[in-house]
Amino acid sequence: MDSYWTLLTDPNTQWVLFGCLLLGVASGVLGCFALLRRHSLLGDAVAHAALPGICIAFLLTGSKSMLWFMIGAAVVGWLASLCIGWVTRYSRIHEDTALGVVLTVFFGIGIVLLTYIQHSAGGSQSGLDSFLFGKAASMVLDDVLVMAGAAVVLLTICALFFKEFKLLAFDPGFARGIGMPAGLLDALLMLLLVAAVVIGLQAVGVVLMAAMLITPALAARYWTERLDRMIVLAGLFGALSGALGTFVSALVVNMPTGPVIVLSATLLFLFSLFCAPRRGLLAKIIRLAALRNRVARENVLQSLYELMERDARQGGWPEGGYGEEQLLARRPIGERVLRATLQKLGRNGLVQSREQGWLLSEAGLEDAQGLTLNLRLWDLFTMYEARFGAIVVDRDRGDLIAQLPADTRAELHELLRQHDMEPTLSKGGGSR
Amino acid sequence: MSHEAWVILTGALVASSCGFIGCFLILRKMAMLGDAISHAVLPGIVLAFLISGTLNGLPMLIGAAVSGLLTAFLVQTLHRSGVQSDAAIGVTFTSLFAFGVVLLTIFASDVHLDTTHVLYGEIAYVPWNPLVIGGVELGPKAVWMVGGTFLLALIVIGLLYKEFKISSFDPAMAVAIGLPVTLLHYILTGLVSLSTVAAFESVGAILVVAMLIVPGATAYLLADRLSAMLGMSVLVGITSAVLGYLVAAWLNASIAGCMAAVAGGLFLLAFLFSPRHGVLMKKRNCRF
Repeated sequence: MDSYWTLLTDPNTQWVLFGCLLLGVASGVLGCFALLRRHSLLGDAVAHAALPGICIAFLLTGSKSMLWFMIGAAVVGWLASLCIGWVTRYSRIHEDTALGVVLTVFFGIGIVLLTYIQHSAGGSQSGLDSFLFGKAASMVLDDVLVMAGAAVVLLTICALFFKEFKLLAFDPGFARGIGMPAGLLDALLMLLLVAAVVIGLQAVGVVLMAAMLITPALAARYWTERLDRMIVLAGLFGALSGALGTFVSALVVNMPTGPVIVLSATLLFLFSLFCAPRRGLLAKIIRLAALRNRVARENVLQSLYELMERDARQGGWPEGGYGEEQLLARRPIGERVLRATLQKLGRNGLVQSREQGWLLSEAGLEDAQGLTLNLRLWDLFTMYEARFGAIVVDRDRGDLIAQLPADTRAELHELLRQHDMEPTLSKGGGSR
Repeated sequence: MSHEAWVILTGALVASSCGFIGCFLILRKMAMLGDAISHAVLPGIVLAFLISGTLNGLPMLIGAAVSGLLTAFLVQTLHRSGVQSDAAIGVTFTSLFAFGVVLLTIFASDVHLDTTHVLYGEIAYVPWNPLVIGGVELGPKAVWMVGGTFLLALIVIGLLYKEFKISSFDPAMAVAIGLPVTLLHYILTGLVSLSTVAAFESVGAILVVAMLIVPGATAYLLADRLSAMLGMSVLVGITSAVLGYLVAAWLNASIAGCMAAVAGGLFLLAFLFSPRHGVLMKKRNCRF
């Protein structure tokens, strides 16, 4: 515990932690817009395109200053994002292919420049690729200050243009329609995205930078349906993974920071994927199971009701009840499901176990009567489509009658009588 | 054969086999899946190394193929559960790559297999790793590996040419006439991961991805028939390998990088001057 504390109070670790936190927030926030604009992998292309930018910056200035590297990377990264746009707009190449072409070609050029520099200027320039492969632990105060400044500017611009970016993300056509400079805003968003990538490069490296933009935003998407909340959550997730990554890599010898940050973000994503309250997989599974249960329950009640109704018209239902094979013949469902459903209905007092099988109890009769009535009304409603087609109903909602106007209800009941489809068993009817 | 000839031959073989398979990736709008697979094979390779203890041969191929297929499977599953496809690709390959890097630093930090090496290998060293059977040198190992996967890809796609064609251009129809579309998808991703790992050790991921996407995209701008596109992509790939080597020798820079850059140059030429789909030609055809 003591050693943890010294680690946390170590100023070097604190800077790295601060840097990774800011990076997480900035890329999480920008990633939301990228995700909604379906530009998720753009970050990957821009990150790869940063390599030639850094090399050119070094060739032009001859210094290894962080600021020049960032400027070089940003300019070439922006150029790359423009190239992707041009290739998609002016040829029949799809966006993903354009992304791939730009990514690999820019990175190839970058490697050419890098090896050219290494061969022509001796080994003293080895710092260039550490910038690219992510050595967060080697960040110093100056680097963190540059990152912090850039992150604050990014977040401020995002806050200022929140309304515009929101509109652009959800309905670019409408944005253009009300006279917004959509092209300009799009370019600004690209520029911010490029800036976020460039900030992150030093901490997590080229390959993993894409994850910083995609994963927190995607995780946040599972928890909410509102953009403002999603952005806050994504920033939070990004910051959390940045902090986790810094801690783990500071505690374990030789552990690289970038991959741990990305893995923390992935864990958050997996947690969201499974456990989010409405969109998560567990919630979906629970909803599906509940639906299956309801359908099985209604099927069994209706089958029993129909059997009893049929026999009541011919003099009375058998007191021994109906066996499972008769129920299965009416509505084929899984045998095990049928047995479990009957047990549960028995516990709720809706069906009674007899010598040869099952019968509806009084409460069950009432329940099944309602269900059957509803089902038959649906049948007629669908049968007379020409007459009722103009009435809009929600077919996912179970009950029909409550959705209809009064005169239609009367009409349907009249039809029910004509077709001799009225549910005729009432409670307490017994065997007639 | 001289040193240069072996290097150029390796580059040309990588370019042809990747370009050939890449055409199908492009037609199926799966180009970035190639990028994803070539990064995501890292954990497979590391695990194969940890289990088998060697850095080459069959275990590596199997490990990479398995993690390549796993990538394709995860992307597909996420996509089906409602994640948009590009985000699914991004999450999957970055997670797997990060996992691979962590594995590497924990268990195998003393092995000559770092991320830099993985990303841009060194094709110039290819001739120094020959395949020796019964005391006879049979040329570089990489040539045999890459050549072998190219042959395999040619045979598989040759046998299933019709099926791949239909499922690439009209997936809905392919499903309707009862083709096993999912199986075809996984065969293709299997081929991609195999050729990635065969080329990986010698030329690095970046050249593999470049050759998977760029020659195919160039050919897509030049040809309107699948067979022509396939031939064209192989041709473009070989041209960029040869020219790339010459440029690299002239600049004294990375060979793989130059091959990728030359491929980009050829793409730019096709983008501007392709007779039917080039930007300038379309402009000229508009002006009567």
